[in-house]
Amino acid sequence: MRALFFRDLALALRAGGGFGLGLAFFLIVVVLVPFSVGPQSALLTQIAPGVLWLGALLACLLSLDRLLAVDWEDGALDLLATSPLPLEGIVAVKAAAHWVTTGLPLVLAAPVLGVLLNLAPSGYGVLVLSLALGTPALSMIGAFGAALTVGIKRGGLLLSLLVLPLYVPTLIFGAEAARRAAEGLDSGTPLLLLAGITLAVLAAMPFAAGAVLRVNLR
Amino acid sequence: MSLWEYANPVKFLRLSERVQPWLWWGSGVCLVVGLIWGFFFTPDDFRQGSTVKIIYLHVPSALMAINAWFMMLVASLIWIVRRHHVSALAARAAAPVGIVMTLIALFTGAIWGQPMWGTWWAWDPRLTSFLILFLFYLGYVALWEAIEDPDTAADLTSILCLVGTVFAVLSRYAVLFWNQGLHQGASLSLDKEENVADVFYFPLLVCIAGFVLLFLALVLYRTGTEIRVRRTRALMARETRGAGLRAEEA
Amino acid sequence: MPDLGKYAEAVLSAYAVSIVLLVAIVVLTVWRGRKVRAEMEAVERRSGRNG
Repeated sequence: MRALFFRDLALALRAGGGFGLGLAFFLIVVVLVPFSVGPQSALLTQIAPGVLWLGALLACLLSLDRLLAVDWEDGALDLLATSPLPLEGIVAVKAAAHWVTTGLPLVLAAPVLGVLLNLAPSGYGVLVLSLALGTPALSMIGAFGAALTVGIKRGGLLLSLLVLPLYVPTLIFGAEAARRAAEGLDSGTPLLLLAGITLAVLAAMPFAAGAVLRVNLR
Repeated sequence: MSLWEYANPVKFLRLSERVQPWLWWGSGVCLVVGLIWGFFFTPDDFRQGSTVKIIYLHVPSALMAINAWFMMLVASLIWIVRRHHVSALAARAAAPVGIVMTLIALFTGAIWGQPMWGTWWAWDPRLTSFLILFLFYLGYVALWEAIEDPDTAADLTSILCLVGTVFAVLSRYAVLFWNQGLHQGASLSLDKEENVADVFYFPLLVCIAGFVLLFLALVLYRTGTEIRVRRTRALMARETRGAGLRAEEA
Repeated sequence: MPDLGKYAEAVLSAYAVSIVLLVAIVVLTVWRGRKVRAEMEAVERRSGRNG
């Protein structure tokens, strides 16, 4: 299991694995926002938490279609399926690797991009915390979506259509927590709810994703 | 004699053909009577004016939009547990009907909202949840369309339906939380059931019955269609295999 | 025709949109059903003759 995790990490870090692409995408989205809504700093301050969350979510989505497809195409997935590891474990490990290579850099980059968007000083801590709590759920839900569409050629668009509605609760609670903190309000409740969703997703989603993968490998 | 007998496609088709005329006629009569009753013979509401007449379309379609998803959930569960093909096909058949119901609910709601709330669209929890439900329907149908092998498609879509249900319910509550956070207590949605008087209530019931019957008729008909598609495909596969064998013999 | 007052447009367009959508789904359903049924019968007749 650990070997698989490090293998996935190594593959992602090697050139062409798409590492850093999500980060660059996040940066570009954030840079484009002032161009589209105007440079007034008061307005940017107001929308900063939501934009940062949305940008992180889209950047996370961007690399999902490679999550399982690479191993599917070269047959590594079939080999993994015949290994003693349960498929649920494999999916969970792959989601974890995805989070380390995509989610974690986004979490770390968010405060820097927050400066660009004139985020209120009180918002930084909770923004990072909410992203740290929420992005694992994004990766795990995304792994489920990737498992659903792994057998479909050009499934990328379908993947977004399937996954984005599933992101709604995470996005709502995450962005709400960051927004409340930026406005100086108490953000404990949305953070707790966000953590609850993430834990539930991490606990239950590997089984759904494993079941889906088993169907696809049949 | 058990319900599961109708998992056999032939038996299902025979029963559904026998029931369908009743459903079609029943839904037609109910819809015509209910809508005409509602449109021509009910008074205007003193606050909403004549827009109250939209209720006869809005409430039944919203009801069916949710119930259609629920029916898909039950059918998906039956497919996962007992692997009856008719069940999976019924879930597939129901989804486009659910989409249409959701669309009707959204459109009539927007048209009603324009004069009443002064806006076509507000990010009210109910409206937002419906929009999310619509997205779930779209994803579900798109997944069915994208996969070639029918059994794989049935498996994947039914799992998606289960997961989607959990997340749809979750979104419903998340949205409630989110909007309360935005405007404290200033809820736009009037609770419709409470202030509906009898004059509006009875035609509404007839309309709801009409929508339910129409949904059942459509789903039965569409399930029959899906069964025939499946059979045609099987026959054609057998044909090509037969042709291949003959070619080998020759 | 009842007097719909100033909201006539809203009420009528709501009814129009809904009825169009309902008719559309019914027509599409029946049209596809007919087509599929004809196809199946054609294939059945063919395989009946050959097999």
